[in-house]
Amino acid sequence: MAELLRTHPLEAWTSAFERLPDTVRITVEPFVATVDVRLGAVGPEVRTHLGVDLPTAPNTWVPADAGRAVWLGPDEWLLSSTTETPEELEARVRAAVLPLGGSATDVSAQRIGLRLTGARVRDVLAKGCSIDLHPRVFGRGSSAQTSLGQAGVVLLALSDAGDDHVVLVRSSFAGYLADWLLDAALEFTTTPDR
Amino acid sequence: MSTPFRTPAGGRIDRATTLQFTFDGLGFTGHPGDTLASALLAAGRHQVATSIKLGRPRGIAAAWAEDPGGLVQVEEPFPEPMLLASTVELFDGLVAHGLPGQGRLADVPDSARYDAVHHHVDVLVVGAGPAGLTAALTAARAGARVALVDEQSEAGGSLLSGTDRIDGVPALEWVSNAVAELARHPEVLHLQRTTAFGVYDDGFALALERRTDHLGAAAPKEVSRQRVWRLRARSIVTATGAHERPVVFADNDRPGTMLAGAARTFLHRYGVLPGREAVVFTTNDSAYDAALDLHRAGVRVQAVVEARPEAPPHRREECERAGIRVLPGAVVTGTQGVERVTHALVAPFSDGQVGTSSAVACDVLLVSGGWNPAVHLFSQARGRLRYDEGLGAFVPGEEVDGLSVAGSAAGVLDLAGCLADGQRVARETLSALAIDPAADDRLPSAPEPVAPTAPLVLWRVPDTSGAEGATQFVDLQRDATVADIARAVGAGLRSIEHVKRYTTIGTAHDQGKTSGVLTSGITAELLGVPVRDTGTTTFRPPYTPVAFAALAGRDRGSLFDPERVTALHQWHVAAGAVFEDVGQWKRPRYYPEPGEDMEAAVLRECAAARTGVGILDGSTLGKIDVQGPDAAVLLDRLYTNLISSLKVGSVRYGVMCGVDGMVIDDGTVLRLAEDRFLVLTTTGGAAKILDWMEEWVQTEWPDLRVHCTSVTEQWVTFPVVGPRSRDVVGALFPDVNVSNEAFPFMTWRDTSLEGVPVRLARISFSGELAFEVYVSPWYAVAVWQRLLEAGRPYGITPYGTETMHVLRAEKGYPIIGQDTDGTVTPHDLGMAWAVSKKKPDFVGKRSFARQANQDPRRKQLVGLLPVDRQTVLPEGSQIVEFLADGELPPPPVPMLGHVTSSYRSAELARPFALALVKGGRERIGDTVHVPVNGTLVPVEVTGSVLVDPEGARRDG
Amino acid sequence: MQLIPCPWCGPREEAEFHYGGQAHVPYPDDPAALSDEEWAHYVFFRDNTKGRFAERWNHNAGCRRWFNAVRDTTTYRFESVYRLDHPKPVTP
Repeated sequence: MAELLRTHPLEAWTSAFERLPDTVRITVEPFVATVDVRLGAVGPEVRTHLGVDLPTAPNTWVPADAGRAVWLGPDEWLLSSTTETPEELEARVRAAVLPLGGSATDVSAQRIGLRLTGARVRDVLAKGCSIDLHPRVFGRGSSAQTSLGQAGVVLLALSDAGDDHVVLVRSSFAGYLADWLLDAALEFTTTPDR
Repeated sequence: MSTPFRTPAGGRIDRATTLQFTFDGLGFTGHPGDTLASALLAAGRHQVATSIKLGRPRGIAAAWAEDPGGLVQVEEPFPEPMLLASTVELFDGLVAHGLPGQGRLADVPDSARYDAVHHHVDVLVVGAGPAGLTAALTAARAGARVALVDEQSEAGGSLLSGTDRIDGVPALEWVSNAVAELARHPEVLHLQRTTAFGVYDDGFALALERRTDHLGAAAPKEVSRQRVWRLRARSIVTATGAHERPVVFADNDRPGTMLAGAARTFLHRYGVLPGREAVVFTTNDSAYDAALDLHRAGVRVQAVVEARPEAPPHRREECERAGIRVLPGAVVTGTQGVERVTHALVAPFSDGQVGTSSAVACDVLLVSGGWNPAVHLFSQARGRLRYDEGLGAFVPGEEVDGLSVAGSAAGVLDLAGCLADGQRVARETLSALAIDPAADDRLPSAPEPVAPTAPLVLWRVPDTSGAEGATQFVDLQRDATVADIARAVGAGLRSIEHVKRYTTIGTAHDQGKTSGVLTSGITAELLGVPVRDTGTTTFRPPYTPVAFAALAGRDRGSLFDPERVTALHQWHVAAGAVFEDVGQWKRPRYYPEPGEDMEAAVLRECAAARTGVGILDGSTLGKIDVQGPDAAVLLDRLYTNLISSLKVGSVRYGVMCGVDGMVIDDGTVLRLAEDRFLVLTTTGGAAKILDWMEEWVQTEWPDLRVHCTSVTEQWVTFPVVGPRSRDVVGALFPDVNVSNEAFPFMTWRDTSLEGVPVRLARISFSGELAFEVYVSPWYAVAVWQRLLEAGRPYGITPYGTETMHVLRAEKGYPIIGQDTDGTVTPHDLGMAWAVSKKKPDFVGKRSFARQANQDPRRKQLVGLLPVDRQTVLPEGSQIVEFLADGELPPPPVPMLGHVTSSYRSAELARPFALALVKGGRERIGDTVHVPVNGTLVPVEVTGSVLVDPEGARRDG
Repeated sequence: MQLIPCPWCGPREEAEFHYGGQAHVPYPDDPAALSDEEWAHYVFFRDNTKGRFAERWNHNAGCRRWFNAVRDTTTYRFESVYRLDHPKPVTP
């Protein structure tokens, strides 16, 4: 038998994304192993056990080896890894945090990621996100769990210029959010500056 | 049509371009920069409509949103009712007609786009007149993030209507420099054609930007026509200007009667003369500018009727030099004419007494009764107003956190004062935000006003016509008069809010912009109380009307409500599924084959699951990963039954109740490890139950070492259901011993497919032998197809939610939220077996002991079988008590309960239903009646389990 | 659209939050020991305070944390927010 095929919920949107201009570029992030980490108190021992730091400042994310560690709450993080399978990541992190009273749950398929780059991305996000995305406020390393349109999202800033973001959204909302983003970007596809 | 009233030069219009438009079926021309009102006036047309109740002719009475007269309906390019001719920017191809107070909505969907944008600033400045521009410049120069919004097509505010000079140059040159400077500041958002229509909590303001309205049919389709700006400002400066107030006199609604300041606007901004012969009626200094400007433009000013005993000396001298007659101590008592003013009736006026009037010929009557600061946004922000005796107007009366008022909106009515006030307020605002003003922030200079004199506060001229105020119009849009206010006061009303509702004054399209303060003044006069005691009615958003389409924005069509789909959605679509909305989820309801309706498809799908094998996409089930040493403790406290005794590898059904003992959700629990469970909730309960668990853990039991994480979309769930399901699952997962002995009911096993982890669970929501297959959604399509391939020899049949419902209902499995309604206990459902008697406590337990929950007459879940074996009882039908003689008792007919689920059963070869019936279990075997379409259908009450009550099928 | 200060995420729009009713109403230690009336008071009865009111909020669309707040029910102003394990602040 052939290996099992993986399918992405936004496969049908790929060509629509490709037609977008450079000012609003949307690309689907590759599948990545991700765990939801819960841990009461975070001290230096976390790095010893886990090999990476978990950010303690609310609404921030940090690179973690070949992945990211995103603050979700005072005792909750999303930790991703591009080098492990979901099962490997869950097993490793769970083993690491269990002695500290923590837990880890594989949520790799729970959300999908979209990378949004370009000079107009902030304008597109501003159509449905109520938090201040000005780069002075929401620069690289910032993150937020909030609403984009009517979908709950985790928003990550990847640059200090406000032109590079990752949006994580629950997989079942991916189609809605993709449609919403394409619709929000429509005015930038054929018209120059307002 | 010619434009005889267009001046030969001047104005902010593009005379090189001519626009064609149609009004009331007649062709007209105008220019870019015109409004519909200015273009009609250029053609000499004042009358726009007739009034709503009395059918009196009404015309253009003001130059912007305060106009109570010029209501129009636009027909082309797209029908839009209730617009003001004064605010409709002219475009080529405009088709409109006058409206008698009511318009017509389009009967086709609006194809224009509307959207919303969030924007955050330090300072929001509303109004780009002298005060607003100065404030915005001061804030921008300090490096603050600034938004400047203004409702006109260009910046300048009152400067557009006059001939002022600032910094020694024409004011509009200063405006254009200011706008250019603002554009150079990267943190400034400057929006024209944008009305801040509401101020809400915490510096939140909504503004409507009309982005393409002025382009007519040439508007680009991909750009939103209108945009709602959701502005969040640390501080707001409103520099919204002032509205000129009319004076009320008899027949003051006759077309040709216009606010004096509006006439200046039409002259200077649009290059239009409002008439040839003017009478100016004023109570204050400002109308002299209108008289003198119109005189210079060639209008014959017949008289300035000055209500004060003395005209201001320097104004009188200017008029004398121009040959304009000034009549001090005089008022206009009425007008003559039919559809247009032909004469103003002028009479001496002293000490409130009106003398004999004489007619002065004119084709336009300009009125000024003073100025009302536009305090709407300040008032919306819960700012208290103060009555200013000198101005005869309400002004901001106190400080409001985060909102300041500058310029004429604060009662400063001269240009130099407005410029200074704008800068002062901006600096105070910056200081409160700890932003230093820029060193180069300079105050623009303007001439100080020459010897201003105090205005006379005059709300209305005593009625000498004998009509007792019946033609003295206060609110032209509502046809409400002084007589109506007198009637309200005579009926005993004292509160201005009551007078408003009794007379309807201020409830029309303009929300009382010209009539509100007049009503306060006239009511106070009639009651003999000070105006400050009368006060004003409450100002509420929106400041000007906002179309619902704009408020809806992009949340329409497919974006109205998110559609959640499973990983298999594309497969379902390709398979021809008919979908059902389950919350936000799109779920396949059934998969019709060619020629099948729902009933046929569902009978076929049910038969497959009961006799062969069916497969369902159950991925929408809520899933929660519960981890930690105290995971079992938490679940014991939240479920009615005992979970901690569950063995690793096993599954248990459980019910959750609220503290009131009513069922809130049900589902199965898989014990994955000593310290780890997978909790399955209903589709609708997924988010609610996770929140429920978090609430208890965070707020009541923070000592429990347990964490709950949603994994609803981490796993797809495919129940493979039916007597042949073992064959299918066994074939695809040969390493799993699927025998009943090795893999018993209510257990789970982990396996894999091509290295991909798969979990199998023997859970049945149909009563049949069944295996639920869990796998990552990444592999959902592949695994689903493998299952279909493996099932092909057995005729595997995909089935939808309708079949799922029939199968579960035949077994008496309730759907929480369909067969329950928040008043149903586990005992009512016949699930006493799922309520632990061993546990000392769990959420809901104490409520079971309440007397009301012990009542044997409580509604209980039972089955119903229509005796005719034909009728499918409509869900929601009432079940009624019947008299022994076969007659329906007299009303009120005693109700026994209602039908909660009802289907046609292939297995039973007849329709059946589930119902909540008072004392239902006692009634098993009885016949009760259900009214259906006017006939009483006899139904037999049965137990809730109608198929395989002994449970023999679940093991195959 | 009011802003509510989440103790963790800072001010966010009120639409991101769920209201949780009166704060400091603990689950009874031994429900079985309560009379029907006492139990009904726990289940159904809450204060209806005019003015400062201590209540529970959940930052539902954000960090999902519960917290307590003192809010003035006449002005809607949040006067303070505090963590669940902290005592109700003393207000003048």
